[in-house]
Amino acid sequence: MNFLPLWRYQNQLIDGAIVTLELTVISAVCGLLIGVAGAVALNGRITPLRWLVRGYIELFRNTPSLIQLFIVFFVLPNFGLKLPAFEAAAVALSLYFGAYSVEIVRAGLDSIPRNQVEAGQCLGLSGWQVFRHIVLPPALRNAYPAVTSQFVLLLLGTSLASQVATDELFHVAGFIESRTYRSFEVYAVICVIYFAMAMSFKALFAIIGAAAFRWPRRR
Amino acid sequence: MRSFSLIDFVSLFAALRWTVALVVLALGFGAPLALGLAMGRISRFAGLRWTMAACIQIVQSVPLLGLLFFFYFGMPVFLGIQVPALVAVTVAYTLYTAAFLGEIWRGGLEAVKQAQWEAGACLGVSAWQQFRHIIAPQALRLSLPPTVGFLVQLIKGTSLASILGFVELARAGQVVSAATFQPLLTYALVAAIYFALCLPFTLWSRSLEARLDGSR
Repeated sequence: MNFLPLWRYQNQLIDGAIVTLELTVISAVCGLLIGVAGAVALNGRITPLRWLVRGYIELFRNTPSLIQLFIVFFVLPNFGLKLPAFEAAAVALSLYFGAYSVEIVRAGLDSIPRNQVEAGQCLGLSGWQVFRHIVLPPALRNAYPAVTSQFVLLLLGTSLASQVATDELFHVAGFIESRTYRSFEVYAVICVIYFAMAMSFKALFAIIGAAAFRWPRRR
Repeated sequence: MRSFSLIDFVSLFAALRWTVALVVLALGFGAPLALGLAMGRISRFAGLRWTMAACIQIVQSVPLLGLLFFFYFGMPVFLGIQVPALVAVTVAYTLYTAAFLGEIWRGGLEAVKQAQWEAGACLGVSAWQQFRHIIAPQALRLSLPPTVGFLVQLIKGTSLASILGFVELARAGQVVSAATFQPLLTYALVAAIYFALCLPFTLWSRSLEARLDGSR
């Protein structure tokens, strides 16, 4: 076991980690937007749209992310949509994250008892005010743990993008391995970097959560 | 180049047995370990609780792909001998399963009220019997829906073994796609097979959850 040959590749590792973070954040933001739009559609009155969103959720939650990535990267070019590796990975991961987000956002909104909304209306609040002051804060707090743990899973899941040659952290590992032949050492270091990133995000989310949701829980 | 034929269809289904085998191995070894982790997490001994929590946290904070590569290249380093790929892959999936199921089951065990343990103690039931006959059955009922949900994650997760060259469903898909130049047909078929495999469990998990809700 010899970790020294890896030392000179630290810049590549840092670059890889940055691409991983970019991919994670972009996919998370797009996925959450899909989640909000999907939740609105699911609670809406247009039946075909509801079916469409249902179908999307089931399709993306019951097939492996890796296969979805392959389909976006290898199959879509047949239809004239040829995406570069990073963009393809971002699209595939956004759709995957989005499928989970829809359910999370909807569960958050559904967790607010109907009579609280009615109480707000009785007090003469407008529709927007009811949403902004009565529904949104507790809905955010209820959805927050699920969103953050899903975010960490997404961060770890971006490692799949290495399989379509996105130059993120796991792909960098393959590159260093091919140069140094230190397979075990490389992947041990990579695991530690992912671990450090995942733990940092968990700590960050815990701090943000504690600061943002300070009001007491109803019993 | 050749066209997509019956033989490709058959080879995909033949590879499915390795997907199933990986799931069975992961559950077979991972579930007992998960039970140990879950029991350790609710132990009276703080040291044991913290150790178990740390183990779970570490495995859950590393990509599954990283675990697979770590043990694939690491087993020979740890043991000093070459091991078959299947052994390394099984170790990785076992730890992955144990960490996630361990955490799910801990949640189930903790959701059973403390008073239930105390009621058992009042009746003179031993600690093990309290666990076995009072707490575990209730915890099992509570944690069954997320357990089945995790099973779906595990089935999907076995697709990563393809990256180590393990010929299960996803890898067979790559091979067939490369041989026939029909990525659309092949990957659609592979996705459909995974979908057919996972959907029943997703629906089962959901109906279990709905039933639990109604009994409250």
